[in-house]
Amino acid sequence: MGNTHRERFINLPLFSICRPSNFRMAKEECITQCSQAVDTLTLRNRKTTCVSSDIQKTSQTLSVPLPEDTQCTAGHLSEDDDTHSDGSSAQWTDSDNPSEESQSSVLLLLVAGLSFSTRLYRIMDPPHVCWDETHFGKMGSYYINRTFFFDVHPPLGKMLIGLAGYMTGYDGTFPFSKPGDKYDHHNYWGMRGFCAMMGSFLPIFAYLIVLELSRSHTAALIAATVLIFDTGCITISQYILLDPILMFFIMAAVLSMIKFNQQEFRPFTSPWWLWLVLTGVSLAGALGVKFVGLFVILLVGLNTVSDLWRLLGDLHLSLVDVGKHLLARVTGLILLPLFLYVTIFAVHFVVLNKSGPGDGFFSSAFQSRLIGNNLHNASMPEYLAYGSTITVKNLRIAGGYLHSHWHLYPEGVGSKQQQVTAYLHKDYNNLWLVHRQGSNNSQSGPPDLVRHGDIIRLEHKETTRNLHSHLHEAPMTKKHFQVTGYGINGTGDANDLWQVEVCGGHRGDPVKVLRSKVRFLHRATGCVLYSSGKTLPKWGWEQVEVTCSPYLKETPSSQWNIEDHINPKLPNISLSVLKPHFLESLVESHIVMIRGNSGLKPKDNEMNSKPWHWPINYQGLRFSGVNGTEFRVYLLGNPVVWWMNLASLGLYASMVVLTSVALQRGITMDQKRREHSVVLMRGGGLLLLGWLLHYAPFFTMGRILYYHHYFPAMLFSSMLTGITLDILLKSTDLLLRPPYSDWLQRVGQVVLLFSVLYSFYLFHPLSYGMSGPLAHEPGSAMAGLKWMESWEF
Amino acid sequence: MLQRPLVVNVQVDLVLLLLTLLAFWTRLSQLSYPNTVVFDEVYYGQFVSLYMKRVFFIDESGPPLGHMILSLGAYLGGFDGNFVWNRIGAEYPSAVNVLSLRLLPALCGALCVPLIYLLTLQLRFSPLSAAGAAGLLLLENSLIVQSRFMLLESVLIFFLLLAFFSYLRFHSSPHSCCLRYAWLLLSGASSAAAVGVKYMGVFSYLLLLVMASVHTWNLIGDQAVSHLSVCVQSVCRAVCVFLVPVLLYVFWFYVHLSLLNRSGPHDQMMSSAFQASLQGGLSRITQGQPLEVAYGSQVTLRSSASQPIPCWLHSHKVNYPIRYESGRGSSHQQQVTCYPFKDVNNWWIIKDPDRQDLFVSSPPHSVRHGDVIQLVHGMTSRFLNSHDVAAPMSPHAQEVSGYIDFNVSMQAQNLWRVDVTNREAESEVWKTILSEVRLVHVNTSAVLKLSGASLPDWGFRQLEVVGDKLFKGSSSWTVEEHRYGTSQEQNDREAELHSPTHIDVNRNISFWAKFVELQWKMLTVKQEDSEHKYSSSPLEWITMQTNIAYWLHSSTNAQVHLIGNPVSWGVANLSLLAYQVLAVIYMLRRRRGFRDIPEDAWHQFLSLGCVCVGGWAVNFLPFLLMEKTLFLYHYLPALCFLFPLSPALLEHAHTHLLSCQAYRRALCVCVLAAAMSVFLSYRTFCPLTYGIPELSANQLEALRWKESWDILYRRR
Repeated sequence: MGNTHRERFINLPLFSICRPSNFRMAKEECITQCSQAVDTLTLRNRKTTCVSSDIQKTSQTLSVPLPEDTQCTAGHLSEDDDTHSDGSSAQWTDSDNPSEESQSSVLLLLVAGLSFSTRLYRIMDPPHVCWDETHFGKMGSYYINRTFFFDVHPPLGKMLIGLAGYMTGYDGTFPFSKPGDKYDHHNYWGMRGFCAMMGSFLPIFAYLIVLELSRSHTAALIAATVLIFDTGCITISQYILLDPILMFFIMAAVLSMIKFNQQEFRPFTSPWWLWLVLTGVSLAGALGVKFVGLFVILLVGLNTVSDLWRLLGDLHLSLVDVGKHLLARVTGLILLPLFLYVTIFAVHFVVLNKSGPGDGFFSSAFQSRLIGNNLHNASMPEYLAYGSTITVKNLRIAGGYLHSHWHLYPEGVGSKQQQVTAYLHKDYNNLWLVHRQGSNNSQSGPPDLVRHGDIIRLEHKETTRNLHSHLHEAPMTKKHFQVTGYGINGTGDANDLWQVEVCGGHRGDPVKVLRSKVRFLHRATGCVLYSSGKTLPKWGWEQVEVTCSPYLKETPSSQWNIEDHINPKLPNISLSVLKPHFLESLVESHIVMIRGNSGLKPKDNEMNSKPWHWPINYQGLRFSGVNGTEFRVYLLGNPVVWWMNLASLGLYASMVVLTSVALQRGITMDQKRREHSVVLMRGGGLLLLGWLLHYAPFFTMGRILYYHHYFPAMLFSSMLTGITLDILLKSTDLLLRPPYSDWLQRVGQVVLLFSVLYSFYLFHPLSYGMSGPLAHEPGSAMAGLKWMESWEF
Repeated sequence: MLQRPLVVNVQVDLVLLLLTLLAFWTRLSQLSYPNTVVFDEVYYGQFVSLYMKRVFFIDESGPPLGHMILSLGAYLGGFDGNFVWNRIGAEYPSAVNVLSLRLLPALCGALCVPLIYLLTLQLRFSPLSAAGAAGLLLLENSLIVQSRFMLLESVLIFFLLLAFFSYLRFHSSPHSCCLRYAWLLLSGASSAAAVGVKYMGVFSYLLLLVMASVHTWNLIGDQAVSHLSVCVQSVCRAVCVFLVPVLLYVFWFYVHLSLLNRSGPHDQMMSSAFQASLQGGLSRITQGQPLEVAYGSQVTLRSSASQPIPCWLHSHKVNYPIRYESGRGSSHQQQVTCYPFKDVNNWWIIKDPDRQDLFVSSPPHSVRHGDVIQLVHGMTSRFLNSHDVAAPMSPHAQEVSGYIDFNVSMQAQNLWRVDVTNREAESEVWKTILSEVRLVHVNTSAVLKLSGASLPDWGFRQLEVVGDKLFKGSSSWTVEEHRYGTSQEQNDREAELHSPTHIDVNRNISFWAKFVELQWKMLTVKQEDSEHKYSSSPLEWITMQTNIAYWLHSSTNAQVHLIGNPVSWGVANLSLLAYQVLAVIYMLRRRRGFRDIPEDAWHQFLSLGCVCVGGWAVNFLPFLLMEKTLFLYHYLPALCFLFPLSPALLEHAHTHLLSCQAYRRALCVCVLAAAMSVFLSYRTFCPLTYGIPELSANQLEALRWKESWDILYRRR
């Protein structure tokens, strides 16, 4: 034991350097005791404290001796818990010491108990669909029903929700059509309970992370308390949402990464591997729920790079060892998550094998996989012929069907003719008739085939307008020409003529349904039918713009394929449409998701949440209910907690600047300060990086943003608060002499705890629901609590 | 008197002198050819004209210093701003001094050559390497083209290089040197100038800041220096590198705003207070009155029907006669007329029906289209009223009166709906002078209008005002005089009404308010995202996949293209790659404890990378994230930073890596060959750079080294 221990000690430069001076200060008689205590130190707990009544002076470097009590007592924030009243457990002891172990687990149990009880309390209320439950609950049901759908997020979160519902007896029949729908007899507690369970782990993880980073129970307890009693965290955990699941994986990844870091001195042992693999699994989970998981991957990646750089600089390790480390990390943190992530998608594709609402977003080939889709085991005439009814799909990924409807372009947008758009859903208005130039073909006998170079007219089946273009500028892409529906019953003018070209084809080649890439060249202006991918404003029902591009580059945007083909005069041939390879489906669904995400642009009339609103808790989100008679739930962070987090960020920055300037100038500091500075710079730095990575990217995002996007960053911010406030309170002896400094520290902790608890008491109706008059009216439960005008409760 | 002989020791770097002369020759010769508008001159030209006329404009593409420099050239050449910049290829008239328009950018472009020489010397490389770097820049066709026209890139590059050179000069000069901080100040100033020319300069400035912070951080860590000295030096550096540039940047705007004091085409983008500060802007129209009519506003309402003689809605303390001459009866309420002279009785107060107050709340609550208001006569406090009583002269229309309650069961009907008729063109808000408003009587839907008749003697021959349901003819009113009422008591209000209206509150907008507003507008105004024939994506620049045709002679094949020297681009890319590979190898080996090169050489290598690769990265990578229309010339600043890299790396290899004499000789031969081919390819592309001599179609075809280049031929 002692031997291995010494080895590890050597590898701890900072702490091992500090330690001798510590002991030199000690009185003669305690040296033996101390060294015994050191012998029992484990690596996991590097706090060097002797539990001895004689050596107060030694122990003051790390812990705060109480004047009336000769034991070294922890200055942690445990006034509220009953464990403290036992007295015995509230000690700074080493983890080998059974009382320390038990204290740690008691605190953990306490955190877990509080966390679960706050999250699971009134989980069934309100018994109707709240906010985004309408999406994610619905998607959970789709998994149970195995119908294919499209969503901008990867599938893991919804799969887990579906699984939770399935396990608890939900049958997938509830339509989740809009917020406010009553659940009635449907079994929804499983899905909500699952999300709440996931959310309950967050304070526990925060406790463990901060404990690992700072070695201070007080800091860990502050972080956990802040999260447990934050109304925002409670609310977001209580409903069928992706966020609790996402945050669970994010925190799990950070925790296992830190645990893995702690194992750095015994590489390739089983705990080392365990934490490495757990990190990888959590990363895959985080990315599998939402793309926000990329930020935690970045955090782990940066941490790993710096870790590898440190290993490379360690000249005791041979290059082979460094290579082994590199390979292990590549396997655990890249290959394993990638494999799991792909597996998630494989499961997604296998489970969802029935046609559903998401079909139109995908290419024809993709759709042929889905049972019930008209392309599944399709049979249709093989070659495009005159007189056929067809649908035309743009070849860019997530390009829509050529579409028209009775609505006209508004005044001032080109000429006021009928709109032609690209539409992602299947619809009767996507049907077009193929006509020969001029006459409506009414010939008998087998119809002629359309060939490369032929000039055709496309008539919209529902409205009998012809596909038309002219020299007016297109609505969004001003350099292109407008495409409209023109004429009636097929009579139009020369601007209705389009030349069909098969890409890579020659004059006279027939046009293959589904497989040929076709261009439509406008005869009169020479432009090519083009889908710009830009979303039209409200007048165009937010469908996608279709233009005629004068730039004849070959891009998927100007290429189309014929998807449906109906011609009763031609024999149907079963088309063995090439079913796409799994990897092709994977790539395609990702591009569709990314397009979908960037397509979520803020609407003009919608109040858009700005990233700078979030840390100041500027405005929350209505989860349920608007007016005084309804049951209202409002997602809003506990303002005391959030503003404390904000203040702590500033405090942290100034503390770090002070410390690092002091270090750089070589100012001598005592043992305690040096340890604080390490915790502040290393642990705090990691959390600050996490906060930045989960917050800063939102400033560059063009998509619509919501308040709840801040919650992952808020977790990091809360943990940083724990470390910052703990160190601040422990630095009271810079101001006052002991024992006054200890009193101040105690008072600070009590005030902190009391303010968090009291504010939770004030604001808890936000999470657990309130009814009655709104906050600005007298007689409301929230009267006087509308501290900011922008809060809507 | 003289104790010692007066001696001047002059040291002249002949290489520097020669390079400078060559640079002037390549950049300045035949500057006024072609004598037509070339490419983006059409864009910058319009701003130069506006400067000459001192007309306010907003250019969202960049801060004003660049335009000011171009305009300075024009001003010195006596350009009067009277040229319409409407078409690329338009001939300049003889009155326009083309040379002066193009001189300043060309000078900046020429001075870049000696600057890069000095910069390379400051990076502690040999004069030969420095001459190599300067030579590459000298013979770079694209930079020559870009410098020779009225464009801003060469100015930007000049300031960027100056900033880095002077910072390095500061850093390398000994601590005792008194001129040291002058260099730092110059560095800060030229950073500010670079940012003032184009926003892209910000990224280079940030790089400079990072370098300065690292150096300052090292200074803080130097325990040989006393605390006081560290404090003083840090503060001095912060002032020179941070405070001075910020102030200078604001100063460019100060000059900009003081020069442009006339209203112009972009006025309406700015707030009304801003417009009011411009000569002939909003101030001419509203004469400094509040723009938006609010509840509590005191207004005079001018009828738009009474052209050419104006008249204003009026009332006075005389009632309609009980019976007219015709025998019809009236309401006997207070007369309301239209009066063609300015009078205190023309003042009306807009009142919110739900509020009792007759003064403007803070903030003012503007009246919009569709709002229902009451109008209170200022002097008599009667409400403008209409009812189903025949008007005195036009019996088919309703009488309009100031309501008096005679307790004869005649209820007040004093609600009027505001109908802003020109809301499409202006806005929904009721604006002083600009908005034309119809006042629709809520109870009867009649419209307040002039009947066209005059009242007899009992009405002092003033014009009759009626409520009419026929909307024919003009029935709109505009607010001509307007102020926000403040007095709560009737007496105060009367005094207020008697006071003149021209309280010019708005014109006193402070410079800071204007600066903040203009800067905010420039950053937030969305540019129309447009495709351009010659636009390109950043990744195409590295390999120069595209070119830009700047100018084509109207009848011959003579043309100017933005095409770089392919050989030097290749050399630059190669050196960029080589540096990165070398840097990675060095770093990994150093980490493992191998010291391949002396510490001094390593630091030299690092600072080379910091300035050159860093400079390239900050001037290139941001473009990858931008969504605006981009052109090849956006790459030129980044390219300039690459030129010192290749000679410096060669020198590095020669001194540290090649031990064998034979290798060194081979290197020298290679370098000579490369230098020759750079010069040859420069010569080859000269006709496309200078536009002379004219080339035949075959020769042009031979110059099309890349398939994707777009070179123009004129069929003959």
